Amino acid sequence: MSARLAAVPPHGTVAVKGGTVVDSGGSRRADVLVADGRVIAVDPAGVEGDRTLDASGCVVAPGLVDLHVHLRQPGREDAETVETGARGAALGGFTAVVAMPNTDPPIDCAAVVREIQDLNVKACCDVYPSAAITVGRRGADLAPMAELVRLGVRIFTDDGAGVQDAQVMRRALEYAAGLDHLTGGYRVVLAQHCEVDELTSGGSMHEGEWSSRLGLRGQPSEGEELMVMRDIALSRLTGSRVHFQHLSTAGSVAMVRAAKEAGLPVTAEATTHHFTLTDACCADYDTVFKVHPPLRTDADVAAVRAGLADGTMDAIATDHAPHTSTDKERPFDAAPPGMLGLETALALALTELELPIEQVLALMSWKPAAIAGIDDRHGRPVAPGEPANLCVIDPDVTWKVSGEAMASPSRNTPYEGRELRGRVRHTLLASEPVVIDGEPQR
Amino acid sequence: MPTDAARRHLLSIEDLDRSDLERVLDLTDSFAEVSQRRIPRVPALRGKTVVWLFYEDSTRTRLSFEAAAKQLSADTVNFSVGSSSVNKGESVRDTVQTIGAMGIDAIVVRHSCAGVPHRVAEWIDASVINAGDGRHEHPTQALLDLYTARTRLGSLDGARVAIVGDIRHSRVARSDVLAFTAMGADVTLVAPGPLLPSSLEGWPVAVTHDFDSVLGDIDICYLLRMQLEREAGASVPSLREFRSEYGLDAARADRLRHGALIMHPGPMNRGVEIDGDVADRPNAVITEQVANGVAVRMAVLFLLLGSGLDLAEGSRMMAA
Repeated sequence: MSARLAAVPPHGTVAVKGGTVVDSGGSRRADVLVADGRVIAVDPAGVEGDRTLDASGCVVAPGLVDLHVHLRQPGREDAETVETGARGAALGGFTAVVAMPNTDPPIDCAAVVREIQDLNVKACCDVYPSAAITVGRRGADLAPMAELVRLGVRIFTDDGAGVQDAQVMRRALEYAAGLDHLTGGYRVVLAQHCEVDELTSGGSMHEGEWSSRLGLRGQPSEGEELMVMRDIALSRLTGSRVHFQHLSTAGSVAMVRAAKEAGLPVTAEATTHHFTLTDACCADYDTVFKVHPPLRTDADVAAVRAGLADGTMDAIATDHAPHTSTDKERPFDAAPPGMLGLETALALALTELELPIEQVLALMSWKPAAIAGIDDRHGRPVAPGEPANLCVIDPDVTWKVSGEAMASPSRNTPYEGRELRGRVRHTLLASEPVVIDGEPQR
Repeated sequence: MPTDAARRHLLSIEDLDRSDLERVLDLTDSFAEVSQRRIPRVPALRGKTVVWLFYEDSTRTRLSFEAAAKQLSADTVNFSVGSSSVNKGESVRDTVQTIGAMGIDAIVVRHSCAGVPHRVAEWIDASVINAGDGRHEHPTQALLDLYTARTRLGSLDGARVAIVGDIRHSRVARSDVLAFTAMGADVTLVAPGPLLPSSLEGWPVAVTHDFDSVLGDIDICYLLRMQLEREAGASVPSLREFRSEYGLDAARADRLRHGALIMHPGPMNRGVEIDGDVADRPNAVITEQVANGVAVRMAVLFLLLGSGLDLAEGSRMMAA
């Protein structure tokens, strides 16, 4: 979205001093000088600028990229807006997020794509609309994919629901494979929310020991796995790219691992909650822990972590899903699924995953940027001439999660009161400091 | 489950241990005597106010609670969901806080969603009694079942209990499994696969699909209502087949040991899970269950509101 470079007024040079640069090329001590949207210099001997941001003890990295956020606009602006969501994203170190299309009206036509793109101009991070695979996310008729790709859409998904009909999904994959000429070679990706409705509808948590005990209707792991299995087969049939959203079960991770070994063009994301929380969290019927796909078992959490460690999972996403307190106070069966994630994701990855920070950043920046087709602007190496979308992370500071303190008008964080390690100090969007010392600048 | 909650509320049998259960049953004995007086009324809860908040239709349970509260001289208020602000879209929380602001002592809640009484307990100062939440629990039903069975059998230690039929969709089954096993009974679930809980991990029960194989061994044959109005109907090939495999007909009832009890939480589908005549046999204690329900609910109300004692003494936490 080159509109942003033109829209941002010049604001002089900014020197990010004292940090360690970490990007896809590795790690090195260097100061970074940025201006007019771009990196000007990366120099271990130090740089000077009109303004200085202290990065001592910090990691200076490409801005984070989230493949999966719900910004609720248009339709539920009481829960979140593009403005508040992007602010929360910037506070979490993200310089780009992909907005899911389950808004009201849904993002399934040019008008709504343009609305999001207009709102993006003033946002604290780059907000890229995804669009629905089918009209109205109803799973029947294909959305005008070519028209939407021409507007800049790169990811299509009916997220919130899976495309139930295998023939519809097959056609969508075949159609998407023929859109390369509109994208300069990038292969448009269809992202699937894997849930077979016949097995999962009415379920409000993982089906297992806890659902039986709590008397809540469950969603079996197989409700997700059957669709993962089907779409791996459809990827083989059509040769098209499939991205698996928020995989939550050990079986799903194993199938994606095998599909990649077989050379199929599949990618997958894991959410922060699926590698940090289990179905036991639902024991008190607290709806903040209700999410789709549901929190699973310890064994599933271990498998998702292993998948992140060995590269089976390509990206960490948040599935940031704000809901008002009123909506979340409904009975467990009736409350909407979803939880906040943008401001806690990086810290959870650093605190909970025993991975080097380089690997965490790969999962949260340059790998998701490539999946989203925005790797010309995000997840770039920190080098002269590159777009200056950066985050500065203090990896050692500990802090306590508070929903009240978050940018979102919603409060549904499942990590309330939890102590985490690692926090974003500054975020720069097109060289503009949008977060300084943990405070949003607009 | 915080133990604080277990002391003030009756949300789940899971919060109670054997000594808690025995205390309720022992106290029930004294209230059963009250029910049989010419004027069945004691002033134990005079000045206390109990509210019924039933989001789901219930005639039997509500009548039983009302009789119990009246015999204890408590004031009762029926918050009728059908004719109230709830129909105008008011949230459960707002409703409960409105009721709470009126200075009440206990609220008896039934809701079609599991866990609602637990949330209500967080939103109100009064004692909360779960009168049935979704397919989760129905604690007072389990208490009256224990009382009825103990009265007839003397002790439940080592008693063999078969719970038969639609277990998956039954809150009674969940509470009864916990209650009977806590009292030392051995419980066997008898049901076809689709009517068993999807996971039995952590359930201290045996399972069989062969009803005939347990008939000669059991002390209690507990039949569940086949919830025709819910999904259960679609979970078996036909009611005819269900009845032939899992119904207690006369031939099966004849094979029960002498003195074995036939129990049912009501309302019965005569001719489905139980044959018409079988329900009227002398060892069928279904009417006694209903009668004992009043005394058990008196004991629960008294323990929570009138005695200054804790319902749950133990500091048992839900196993993590």
